[in-house]
Amino acid sequence: MQPKKYKNIVCYFLAFAFPLFLSVNLMAQTDPLIEKVSQKLAQVNDYVAEGVMKTDVAFIKASLGKVKVYFKKPNLLKVKKEGGISLLPRGGVSLTINTLLNTKQYTTIPAGNQVLNGKNLTVIKLIPTDDNLDWVISTLWIDPIEALVYKTATTTKENGSYEITMQYGEYAKQGLASKIIFSFNTKDYKLPNGITLEFGDEDPTAKQKALKNKKGTIEITYSKYTINQGIPNNIF
Amino acid sequence: MWSLIQIELYKIFRRPRTYIAFGAIAALIVVIQLGLKIDGDAYAGFLMKDINDTLTVDGKVLNGYLICYILLQLLLVHVPLLVALIAADMISGEANLGTLRLLFSTPFSRTHWVLAKFIAASIYTILLLIWLAFLALFVSMWIFGTDDLFLMKSNYVVLIEQGDVLWRYVGAFVFASFSLLTVTSLGFLMSSLSSNSIGPIVGTMSAIVFFTILSTLNIPLFNVVKPYLFTTHMNNWKEFFDIKVNLNNEAIRGSILNIPKIKTSLMVLTLHIILFVTASVIIIKKKDILS
Repeated sequence: MQPKKYKNIVCYFLAFAFPLFLSVNLMAQTDPLIEKVSQKLAQVNDYVAEGVMKTDVAFIKASLGKVKVYFKKPNLLKVKKEGGISLLPRGGVSLTINTLLNTKQYTTIPAGNQVLNGKNLTVIKLIPTDDNLDWVISTLWIDPIEALVYKTATTTKENGSYEITMQYGEYAKQGLASKIIFSFNTKDYKLPNGITLEFGDEDPTAKQKALKNKKGTIEITYSKYTINQGIPNNIF
Repeated sequence: MWSLIQIELYKIFRRPRTYIAFGAIAALIVVIQLGLKIDGDAYAGFLMKDINDTLTVDGKVLNGYLICYILLQLLLVHVPLLVALIAADMISGEANLGTLRLLFSTPFSRTHWVLAKFIAASIYTILLLIWLAFLALFVSMWIFGTDDLFLMKSNYVVLIEQGDVLWRYVGAFVFASFSLLTVTSLGFLMSSLSSNSIGPIVGTMSAIVFFTILSTLNIPLFNVVKPYLFTTHMNNWKEFFDIKVNLNNEAIRGSILNIPKIKTSLMVLTLHIILFVTASVIIIKKKDILS
């Protein structure tokens, strides 16, 4: 009787536990499409991109500014405005597709397909496996044919949620976008009149506008990439 | 006329009282600059608390342009009081000393003397403003350097490119000269009404304080009279630092949000200057010089 009992346990294990183990193991594996995207991005060790940045936040009046974006593997990224003050979403700008995927510390979950701007895109969710990473979850909308990420939505631990929309041009082969739009939630802005010394001259239209629009965007339109020419670490 | 102005200028700059205003402005500016140089980051951090919740600001926020703006906000409210020290003494001081009778017995008309005194007081006012501009703008630029002007207003933030800032300061100082000349002319009018120095000086200062309080209070009853008070318009130099945006919320370089407001304020201030000086001339022409 005893050998038969063990045989039953083994059968149960094979019937239930092994498929469970297999499915968990499969989930932990990286999606082949993500691999394809990563391979494309792996061609770029570093880049310096020149572009124009537009800040669109309801309570900020800012003009277009020329910027340089520096990137170095695995996840160093710096946006510098040429000779001026730059405003960037807190913590969000560093969460580009290169910096997300280059960490390799995530697991993927397929989340179906969606049509975005007329393109049929595969949706994949990334969950970090390293607790020290700043982000909690990121959803990627990927073109399965071109292996290009068109949109990401990332939730961070401390800096809220960000959406990054990408458009591609002549640097699509390297997976580098020609235009990036960061969307983020903004908080209220108010300084007491006693500090600004603006007594009785409030601009009511600006106040109303600030209350209406709680979403901010920062757009960077790239004109030129200089790829794999080496960047010193002190830039970042 | 020029010789009369020279005489009046000589009288102004011979008095030690004249230099109190220059010294006070220099001391205030140096103290504020020193404070901001040592502890400016904490001050900027306090101002930018709400912004830092959402955005990372990269660059030299606390630069010479912002320091100058902060200084002007603080000082252009108080400089009129310093202007009153001299302007309100121009006629009454002489009446008090008994020299007004001597002046008016010269071949020059009373109108000539009054206008010469007003022009001399105006030159003093402009020099005071140039001194203020030199210390607040150029010394701040030298100490703190330059960058874009990151201006935090009550409800919104204006980011003006550094190449688009300097002309705005020129405009603001020209505007401020009209504001201060209005105070000069008010002091002058008060001076023509009295035979001692203290009364017109205190009277001018009181009028400025009184009307400034009325201008800053947001009470509907006072809102009716506010547009006619010179103190309401004196602060509109700030309009040079507000910028237009297009439909895409992009700031338009070289633009001013509310030009009509600046024009209206300049017109109101000019009318006040003309009114006060004309009234002074009429009062002096009709005045019996008894001292």
